[in-house]
This record gives sequence, C-alpha cells and structure tokens, in this order.
Amino acid sequence: MSFHEEDVLGKAYDARLIRRLLGYLRPHKTYVAGALLALVGDAAFQLAPPYLVKIAIDRYIATGNLAGLNSIAAVYLGCLFAAFALEYSQTYLMQMIGQRIMFDMRMQIYKHLQRLDLKFYDRNPVGRLMTRVTTDVDVINDLFTSGVVAAFGDLFMLVGIMMTLVWMDWRLALVTFSVLPLILVLAQWFRTNVRESYRNVRTWIARINAFLNEHINGMSTVQLFRRETINFGRFDAINQKHRDANVHQIFFYAVFLPAVEFVAAIASALILWYGGGFVLSSSLSLGTLVAFLLYSGRFFRPISDMSEKFNTLQAAMASSERIFQLLDHTVEIVDRPSSIVHRPEGKPGHIVFDDVSFSYDKEPVLRNVSFEVKPGERVGIVGATGAGKSTLISLLLRFYDVTGGRILVDGVDIREMNLRELRSVFGLVLQDVHLFSGTIAGNIRLGNEEISEAQVRAAAKAVHADRFIDSLPGGYDAPVAERGATLSVGQKQLLSFARALAFDPAVLILDEATSSIDTETELLIRDALHVLMAGRTTLAIAHRLSTIQDMDKILVFHKGKLRESGSHQQLLAMRGIYYRLFQLQYKGREELNAATHRA
Amino acid sequence: MVCSAMFSVAPRVLQFAVDDLYAGVTRGKVGRYAGLLLLIAGVAGYFRYHMRRIIISASRGIEYDLRNDFFAHLERLPLSFFQANRTGDLMSRATNDLSAVRMMIGPAVMYLANTIITAIVSLTLMFLVDVRLTLVALIPLPIVSITVNIFGRKIHKTFEQVQEKLSEMSAIAQESLTGVRVVRAYRQEDAETERFRQSNIDYLKHNRRLSRLQGAFFPTMGLFLGFSAMLALWLGSRDVISGRITVGELVAFNAYLAQLAWPMIAFGWVTNLLQRGTASWSRMLMVMDAEPGVRDEGPGLSALGSGPEGGEIRGEIEFRNLSFSYGDREVLSQISFSVKPGETVAVVGGTGAGKSTLVNLLPRLHNPPRGTVFIDGRDVRDIPLSELRGAIGFVPQEPFLFSDTLADNIAFGVPGVKAQHPERIAAAAAVAQLDKDIADFPEGFETMVGERGITLSGGQKQRTAIARAVVTDPRILILDDALSAVDTYTEEEILSRLRGVMRSRTAMLISHRISTVRDADQIVVLEGGRLVERGRHDDLIARGGYYAELYKKQLLEEELASS
Repeated sequence: MSFHEEDVLGKAYDARLIRRLLGYLRPHKTYVAGALLALVGDAAFQLAPPYLVKIAIDRYIATGNLAGLNSIAAVYLGCLFAAFALEYSQTYLMQMIGQRIMFDMRMQIYKHLQRLDLKFYDRNPVGRLMTRVTTDVDVINDLFTSGVVAAFGDLFMLVGIMMTLVWMDWRLALVTFSVLPLILVLAQWFRTNVRESYRNVRTWIARINAFLNEHINGMSTVQLFRRETINFGRFDAINQKHRDANVHQIFFYAVFLPAVEFVAAIASALILWYGGGFVLSSSLSLGTLVAFLLYSGRFFRPISDMSEKFNTLQAAMASSERIFQLLDHTVEIVDRPSSIVHRPEGKPGHIVFDDVSFSYDKEPVLRNVSFEVKPGERVGIVGATGAGKSTLISLLLRFYDVTGGRILVDGVDIREMNLRELRSVFGLVLQDVHLFSGTIAGNIRLGNEEISEAQVRAAAKAVHADRFIDSLPGGYDAPVAERGATLSVGQKQLLSFARALAFDPAVLILDEATSSIDTETELLIRDALHVLMAGRTTLAIAHRLSTIQDMDKILVFHKGKLRESGSHQQLLAMRGIYYRLFQLQYKGREELNAATHRA
Repeated sequence: MVCSAMFSVAPRVLQFAVDDLYAGVTRGKVGRYAGLLLLIAGVAGYFRYHMRRIIISASRGIEYDLRNDFFAHLERLPLSFFQANRTGDLMSRATNDLSAVRMMIGPAVMYLANTIITAIVSLTLMFLVDVRLTLVALIPLPIVSITVNIFGRKIHKTFEQVQEKLSEMSAIAQESLTGVRVVRAYRQEDAETERFRQSNIDYLKHNRRLSRLQGAFFPTMGLFLGFSAMLALWLGSRDVISGRITVGELVAFNAYLAQLAWPMIAFGWVTNLLQRGTASWSRMLMVMDAEPGVRDEGPGLSALGSGPEGGEIRGEIEFRNLSFSYGDREVLSQISFSVKPGETVAVVGGTGAGKSTLVNLLPRLHNPPRGTVFIDGRDVRDIPLSELRGAIGFVPQEPFLFSDTLADNIAFGVPGVKAQHPERIAAAAAVAQLDKDIADFPEGFETMVGERGITLSGGQKQRTAIARAVVTDPRILILDDALSAVDTYTEEEILSRLRGVMRSRTAMLISHRISTVRDADQIVVLEGGRLVERGRHDDLIARGGYYAELYKKQLLEEELASS
C-alpha cells in the first residue's frame, strides 16, 4: 500500500470541483432548506440574550421593576429553548445531509466500479479502489461533521451581530468594527502559515507511516541483514522531522489564539473608553454599553473558527478530485444502442473465433486465431503458460474486446449482443475459486433469486458436493468465512461446480479446474465434471492431457497461435506438438519405468 | 497557569468600571480601566502563548519518544510475531493509538490545568460578589461536565459501532472488487450493488444515531450554560434592585460565568480523552510488552547488529533429528542430514512440504528446538544472532525491496560499501545478471525501486535480492526458491557465476526446477515435513520416486517451450 500518493494536497478552492460537489445537494433540497432556516433562526435566538441584559439594566433595574425582570427572565428562557431546538435541528439536518451525500456518492462510485472494464482493474490495485469508496468519501463528509458548513453558518451570526450593533448605536458600532482589519490580517497570516506547516506535518507523517508499513512488512529482511541499528537511525530522523514540523506548527496556534483574544480585548477597551464617554455625556445607556461588551465577545469566534477549518476544506478538495477522476473514467465495453437480445434458433452454444487477434498493450497475446465449436461439442485447450489460453476465455466473456477479427456466439458478433445476455450463455469455473462471505447456499445461487432452494440442493447433489455440505453445521445455511477460509481446495472446487450447474448455462468453461487435489476428491470431481458437461458445449483448459483425451476436439495453442486442432487420434497422427507432448507424458513414463526396473 | 488567573481578573475591572459609570466618574478614570483591560489581556496572552508552546511541545516530544520505542521494539520481535499480527493492526497501534495517547498527555493535561485554575479564581471572585447568587447560578454547571462526559462516552461507543459497520461495508466491497471476474461472468453486478446498498444503509442508520447524539451535544451545553446565565441575570438583577450587589458586580458576575463555561465543557471532554488514552495505551503495551522470542541467549554475547563479521564460521551445517511445529501443527518431523563446508545442497518438495521452514531455522527467523540445528558443530541457539546472521546470505521466496535506490538495496547488508567499495556492488549485480538491466535504466544504480520509481519485474526483484546477499560475502548462501521468476537461461547463467563466487562456500537451494538442482552435491526431498529421498540427481532418478516424477514433468514443459 502506498501512503505517499494519497497525501498530495491540492488547492483549497476549485470552482469546478465545488460546483460539482454542490450538485450532490440537489436531491436533498428540502433538508438543505430546513437546515438553512434553522441556521438563521438559531443565530437570531442566540443573539437575543445580550440584548435582554441591556433591557434588564436600562429599563427594570434602573426603575426597580420586579415584574418586568420576571418577564425578561421568561423571555430569556424561551430564547434558550428555541435556540436549543433550532441548533439541534440544524446540526442534525446538516449531518444527515452529509450522510446522505456520502451514501449517494458511495453508491455512484460502486455502481461505476461494477461497470468499469477489466482493463481498469488490471491497472488499479483493489486497495486504491477501496480508498476511493471509503476514505475519500469520508473526507468529504468531514465538511459537514467537522463544522466547515457550520462555520459558514457562523457568518450569519457575524452579520447579525454587526447589524444589531449598528442598530443599537452606530458610533460605538464603528468603534467596534475598527479592529476588524486587524483580525483579518491576523487570520490571513495564520491561514497562509498554517497551511504551509500543515502540509509539512502531513508530508512527514505520511513518510513515517510509509516507513513503518514498509518495515513491518520487511522486518525479517532487516533482521537478516542486521540493519536494526541503521534503520532505527533513519526512522529516528524522520520522526524528529515530524516532531519539529509539529512544534513549528504549534507556534502559529500559540500566537494566533491569544492574539485573537488580545484583539478582542482591544475591542472591549475601545468600547469601554468611547462608550464610557458616551455614557458620561448621557448619549448612551449603561445597558447598551454592557450589551456591546457582551456582543463583542462573540464577535471574533467565527473568524478564528473559519481559519482553522481551512485544512479540512483542502483535504476534501483533494479527495473529491480523486473521486471525480474515477467517476469520469469511461467504460469502453458497453451495450451498443443496437444490441440485440437474441434468441438462437435450434440448439444454443455455437462459438466461432474468426481471425481473432488480441494484445493487452503492444505485445500480441493472440494472433489470428480461428476455430469453431459446435453446440454440444466438447473442446479441450492445451498449451504452455503464456500461450494465450486464459485470454481466449476473457475475450469470449467480453472482459476485453478483440483488437482484430471477431467472435460469434450463436451466429452473432458478441459486440452486437446484450452483455448480460452474452454472459448468461456461459458458466465459468476458474482454477482459483472465488467465494463470497455468506452461506453455502448463497454461494451456489449467488444473487440469483430465481434459483430455488430445491435447485440449489439438486445442483449440489449432482456434483457430489452434498456430502460435505451435509456434514457442515447448518448444512446449506452454514456460514462461509471470508474467501472460504474454512473450506478445503477440493470443497471449494465442488462448490463452484454446483454454482455453474445451478445457473444451467449453454456453454461450460473450465479453466484448469482440476489441479492440486487429493486423489479421492479428484475422483469425485472427475465424476462431477461428467454430470456438468452433459448436454453442454464445453471449453476446458487443462495441463494434463489425461483429462481431455476423450474430448471431441482438442486445440493446441502455442505462443498466441492456434497450432493444431483435431481429435486426440487425429492430433497423434499429425505428429506435431501434441504428439510430442503425448509421447513425453506417456512414453516418458514407460522409459522411466524401464530405467527404474533396470536399476 | 498565571495566565488563567490573569484572565479571570479582567471582569473585576469591568465591575469597577461599570459601577463607576453608574455612579458617574471622570473620563480619565474610564481610560485607566480600558488601559488596565488591555494590560491584563496582554500579560495573559503572553503566558498563554508560552503555556501552549511548552505543554504541546512536550507532548510532541513524548510522542516522538514513544514512536521511537515502538519501532525499536518491533525491530526486536521475531518473524512469528509479524505472522500472527496483521500489518494494518500494527499500523493502527502505531498511528491512531499513539495519537490518542499523545492527546492524553498533551492537550488533556493543558486543558485540565487551565480548567482547575480558571475555576478556582473565578469561583473565588464570584463568591466575593455574592455567595447566594453564586450557589444558585452554579447549579447547572456540574451538570454540564457530567453531560459532556456521558455524551462523550456514548458518542465514542456509537462511533465504534459505526466504524465496525464501515469495515463490514469495506469487506463487502473488497470481496466484490477482488472477485470482479466471477461477478461479471455470473452477471452479479446488480446483486452485488444491492448487497453493498444494504450494508451502506445499515451504515447510514448507525450514523444517524451518531448524528443525533452529536447534534444534541452542543445545543445541550448551550441550554445548561444558558440556564446559568439566565438565573444569574434574573436573580442578580433582583439583588441589584434590593441593593445586595451593584450593577458592576452583576456585569462582572455574568462575565465570570461565561469564563467558567469553557472549562466546564473542557473538563468533560478531558475525561473522555483520558479514558480513550488509557485504552489506547494498553493496546500499545500489548506490542511493547511482547517478548522478543529470538534473542541472544548465551552469556557474554555481543549486542545486536554490532558483532563480528562472521569470518570464523566455516559453513558446516547439521540438522539432527529436527522436528518443528507452529503451535499444534507439526511442519517438520525428524529431519536429519548434514552439509559439509563448501557443499551445495538442494531441497525440493511440494507446497507445504516444509522447505521454507527448514531454511528459516538456520538464521533463526524461528527458533529451532535446542540441540537440533548446528553450524560448525555449534547449536545455532548458542551463536550470537549478529555473528550467525552475518555469516548467512539469505534470499527469500518473495524478496522484499525497500523504496530506495537499487544500489542502496544491494548494499543493504553492508553499510558503507556504497561509499567505500562501489565496485563490490557492481560485481554483485553482475553475478546476479542484473548489470544489463541496470544499464538500461536511465539512472542506473541510482534508480529508485518501488513506489515512485520504476517498478521492477518479478525476476529483477529476485536478482536484486540475490545481489544483496552476494555482496555480504556470506559463508552460507540460502536461496529459497529465489529464481522462480527468472527464465531458465538467465538462471543457468546466475548459477554458474554463483558457483564461481561461492567456491568453498556452503549453499542451500530450494527450487522446483530440476535444472537448478541437478548439479547439487546432494538433493533432499521433503514431503509432508518428512525427508523422503536424499542423494545425487542420478541416484534419485533411478529410484523413480517423487524426484523422478518431477523430472519427467519438467522435460515435458521444456519440450513445449522449445518447440
């Protein structure tokens, strides 16, 4: 896993990205409207208390009006509850919007991943894709939960306070505002410096994590080569840099937070100085002065808050950029508008490779391959590793598109066929059985609800998987652990046979399905295979000639080319590659036997 | 701490100012009050700046020490530890838990100190204003701390559930993305999307619970703090009217209350930090307290990594009735054979036969039982690790290269060789047939391996690992299936060059290829952890057992490849 690549921070503000992100708000308009309404209302009610203090001092304390005080207290209480209710709804709504957007984004990414070409998967390790689905989406959600949005909400408060101040006494309001430039300069200074040092800290922590990750994985190499001391020194150096970067960053916080408070104190002092003068000259009430002092205390919080939330914004931009990049990756293999849901006349399962060539990059993997498989025919495919056998299957299922020639299934070019229709023709059994966490039955039927419980059982029984399934606690409902960790290779193989049978495909594809299994299971499997192949077109890739000798036709691939084809007997008569293979496998054994007898 | 005290004095200035304004004073006196306010803020700010720098810097220093200790300890732990603990888990201890511990010793301590001082000073001054008013106004405040604490705990618990749901969702996605071929072939895209949606909905539900808690947190705080302020205003105003206190005192009192609000919130928060920190600390201790099972055992042995270069070891190896198990599972059973200095022995056998385990025991990646593995007649358990590993050049099955330059990767075992004898690196690269590849890289030996540099092919990685072992000039060379990704021709070349370099050195080769092992002085065949055949190539062919079968299969493959 690479820690470096994910930690590159981009711009904090990118209009294009913001616009696209805002698009995700659209489906939740009502929530957004509600949240905004609550935000404004909340700000209003939070603004009330200092004003109530002013009224209490000016109107009731001065006159000794107890009843008036009681009503002020009642209004105060009312404001408290209203503010509570509104702030709660506002936060809750805001978080729910965030959650829903996360949900939508995840579904969108996931759906797209389910459509993206295999070529894309070849280039992007699963770990990276996982980061898109999980971490990157979470980072965007931080915008909502960690209060970046709320900080914007604080702006309302700021404007509200400013308006109230002007309304109460414009002279004193101007005095208060006179410190604003100071605080803006301060915030700007803080933001630029913290951004730089935050980036620095992030870089070093990423280096630490990468180093740790690498050394945890390669610890035995470190130990074998006695590098403990030296590598500790290197770790120490990075660790030190990280500490220093942090200490450097503390400086800005340590200066900024007290400085904001100091500016607030300047404001208070100014209010007291000028306001006090106004009070003395009787052009301002004492209550208003007190209210001014109380308001000025709340004045500066939103500004310092927003400066601190800047980093979250920056990280969210970087993540959304990566997510959009993935979403913008086009799917190449798609249904053509003209694609047909086709119904073959007669028996299905007719396959033609017509002058097919294919290359992943530049190196050709298949070169001008042509052959035909008739419905019900059983065909074996032989060749060394790298001969292009597995590629044949990937092309047939249209995981990749051919780079030359065409493939026909039941007389139709597969590029003209509906993808799902095409793939429903085949039942695939891979050498590496992929199981899903869930139950045994769930792994046979997968997500196909049309396959009944009885059909699942019948399929399992037909391929002799029933015996081991019945022995499991819970039988068909027995849980399958992650990747089927609790099952043996042979059992997994039988399960995948049952799966293929339950789907009842017209064409069966076996990819080296019979390797590395004990003799007893091997016999079971061989028998199961006969059940599976009955009445179906079969394409079987195998290393061992014994498994495919009785096939109707055998195709011999060598270095991307179809070199020989025919029945076992025909191929032997040809005295080519297959003949030599066969000779080696069988005559070799006789010779060996002879040699050992002689010895 | 002084700063908190200083700050708490500020409302008192306000009190006098307001009182004087109420009674009517001169402009100059008001000016003095304003100046006093500024002075107090300045001094408090100065102290606050230093407090933050000192405490947080100290906590960063402790974090640094802890991280170093953690890594140093990892370096002493044996292979079995890393096999038993997943990397992700160890990483999370080194990152998340470490930062929770730092929060406990840094910010938590800072806020705690802050809280206590502010509370003491504010309360004293409030009591000076009016005892009854103070007591009434204080009623809601402890509730604030308690609420913060309860909320914090609930939020943390719900948060962990949410994390669990997230990891379930990740597992589903991981499974589906790794099995992409099966998903596509069986047209399960929609079913998989549905499964993901269900899990995503589940996650959303838990998150909603979390949102409800988090959403209620601050408003609840505000409500209780508001109660306090409301009571103070209401009752305080009555007191002003009845002449118990002055208007200035009322204003100051309100200011004190406001000052107490944050410490009360912080107090509840701090207790959460402490709870989380201690939990994380115990998780870290599970690693820090893990026993380094493989270590120097004999008396008077030299420290790790600084011992002699292993020049005295001649390279005679003996396995004496060796049985070895991982837990209950026996992987090697009664293995006995010996290798003379300078001999080459090959080990063959199927997967799970115990070949890798056998060679892992020599450099003590796992500890063999005493009295079973000997080098030069000495029990490997009695040889200092540094001397033992210094004498062995080990090339593992899956070579691990570090994201560093090629030259640094080759020079890994001989620090300083790059500066002093660069020609030794080049020579080792030539033995491993890596020189031609390196010549093709634009930056040659300085090419970065891994992450951002050129990604090497499997064969190039293996050959780099071989060069890395060769450059240490080992008495014993171990190749654990180290040429599997190298083509037969290159392998032939490497082996012949190795033979030249390794003349009079002992070698142990694990391989599946007959061409690799056929010239060995002896071939050992393992099956299911037992030694089943042993001898030279011709003897084993004549015996017609496992080895002969393997030979036959490979002839077939070779024939195919050459046609």
